Amino acid sequence: MTVDNRFAGHLWERRDGESPGIRSEIVTGPVADWATDFSHTEPEWAQDPFSIQDDLRQRCPIAHTGRFGGAWLATRYEDVAAIAYDTEHFSSRSVIMGNFRPPRELAPIGGSPPITSDPPFHRAARKLLLPAFTKAAVSKQEPAARALCHSLIDAFDGRDVVDAAAEYAQYIPIRVIADMLGFPAGDGAQFREFAKNTLEGINLPPEERVTRKSALFYYLFAQVHDHLENPRDDLTTFLINADLNGRKLDVSHVVGTMTLLLIAGIDTTWSAIGASLWHLAAFPRDRERLAAEPGLLPVAIEEFLRAYAPVTMARLVKQDLHFRGADMKADDWVLLSFPAANRDPAQFERPGEVVIDREVNRHAAFGLGIHHCLGARLARMELQVALEVWLQRIPSFSLADPPAVQWSAGQVRGPRALALRI
Amino acid sequence: MKLQIEAGLCQGHGRCYDLAPGLFGDDEEGYGTVLGDGVVPPEQQDDARRAALNCPEHAIALVEGT
Ligand code: HEM
Ligand code: SF4
Repeated sequence: MTVDNRFAGHLWERRDGESPGIRSEIVTGPVADWATDFSHTEPEWAQDPFSIQDDLRQRCPIAHTGRFGGAWLATRYEDVAAIAYDTEHFSSRSVIMGNFRPPRELAPIGGSPPITSDPPFHRAARKLLLPAFTKAAVSKQEPAARALCHSLIDAFDGRDVVDAAAEYAQYIPIRVIADMLGFPAGDGAQFREFAKNTLEGINLPPEERVTRKSALFYYLFAQVHDHLENPRDDLTTFLINADLNGRKLDVSHVVGTMTLLLIAGIDTTWSAIGASLWHLAAFPRDRERLAAEPGLLPVAIEEFLRAYAPVTMARLVKQDLHFRGADMKADDWVLLSFPAANRDPAQFERPGEVVIDREVNRHAAFGLGIHHCLGARLARMELQVALEVWLQRIPSFSLADPPAVQWSAGQVRGPRALALRI
Repeated sequence: MKLQIEAGLCQGHGRCYDLAPGLFGDDEEGYGTVLGDGVVPPEQQDDARRAALNCPEHAIALVEGT
């Protein structure tokens, strides 16, 4: 066997620390005014980000905060779309807002291509992955996802109250992505930790973040080596062997994309499945209708994605810029609130209401423009299977303890504890 | 009525081929394609309109009267 020296040990050590970049002071605690001091990490936001953002959209559609070293929050559909399309002024070199900005030299590739890549590099890095996420490719994952959903519900046998977030929704995306990457299914609990550290750990001290990040890199390191020794038909082997413009991928690209695929699909889809089940538990009329009319599920799922869009994305301002009344400075963060865009009355009729048979639904839950979610097809399949099987097996259920439902804070929002009486 | 997808705008959201599989397909990268010559039979005009109205990128053009 030839040794692939891209993956020799010493190259990996560099990944141990966070690369040089800009650090900002960590500011937490109650928000004085959401228009001038917003923070998506506070409990108030996690509990109800919608009324905060509905209010901002009216009185200050591009809000500001001094936290995170300076950031903006767009809540109008029109503004969110304009920023998503404007890759000339807004960079994706980091899409998770925190107190660390990676150095500008990281553009246009970024740490996790293609989500952190800007044009022109982005296109080729994305193109590489597209065939693995088409309708035909995704349909191959469906039988295993369906079998998993059934086995999770089998395990509820004899219980009255179950946690639909922790004991059901969570497992589905974890298992699917583990299969696609060719990782052991039993490592799921670790993936959940990796995702949580990346998405929710943004206000941890830098040393702590570095330690946690290293755990993920060492895990992926071991997986790459295992795949070098035993190549198989999965995304990890595919990335190791892939060509981009006639060359094999850099090791940082391989690992960065593995990180992305592992993180991007888990909390997001978990959140979407959980929020849909929460809605059905809280609104019995919708639950009864969908149990009786499963053919309506695909349309209802789009509406759940609109109303409970789990994902908000970030950009970094490239150069000082006057944007629709906001004086943005180079390296300011901008949050693209797809959840707020999806509830903009200028774009949707009755935006605050969940209309499960909404006919016209141009929602932006999966983003807009060149970074549009590569896993959207996979996420939709998982949602369809998870809800279809649940409604078939457990057509009648309700919230066991409504105030005890816990929603995650940060850029991916969904229920993390969801006790349902079944 | 005739259908067109603006290739530069389509990002492969796939709403069209889900909502109107008789009119749209997907290529090997998941981007939307128009099946056949794009002429919409009268009984599928509602599907065509629904697909166009749900495309998040406004990439579908319906040319009436053709
Ligand atoms: C309901 C579940 C999901 C939601 C709401 C969601 C949402 C999003 C959003 C909003 C973006 C745009 C990012 C941006 O503009 O910066 C995105 C990108 C992406 N998503 Fe998802 N996602 C979901 C599930 C998944 C799954 C299951 C995967 C597969 C592993 C995945 C992989 C990706 C990738 C690779 C990108 C980057 C695409 C690019 O930059 O070209 N997502 N997602
Ligand atoms: S719905 Fe629009 S963006 Fe999506 S595949 Fe069809 S034409 Fe392309």
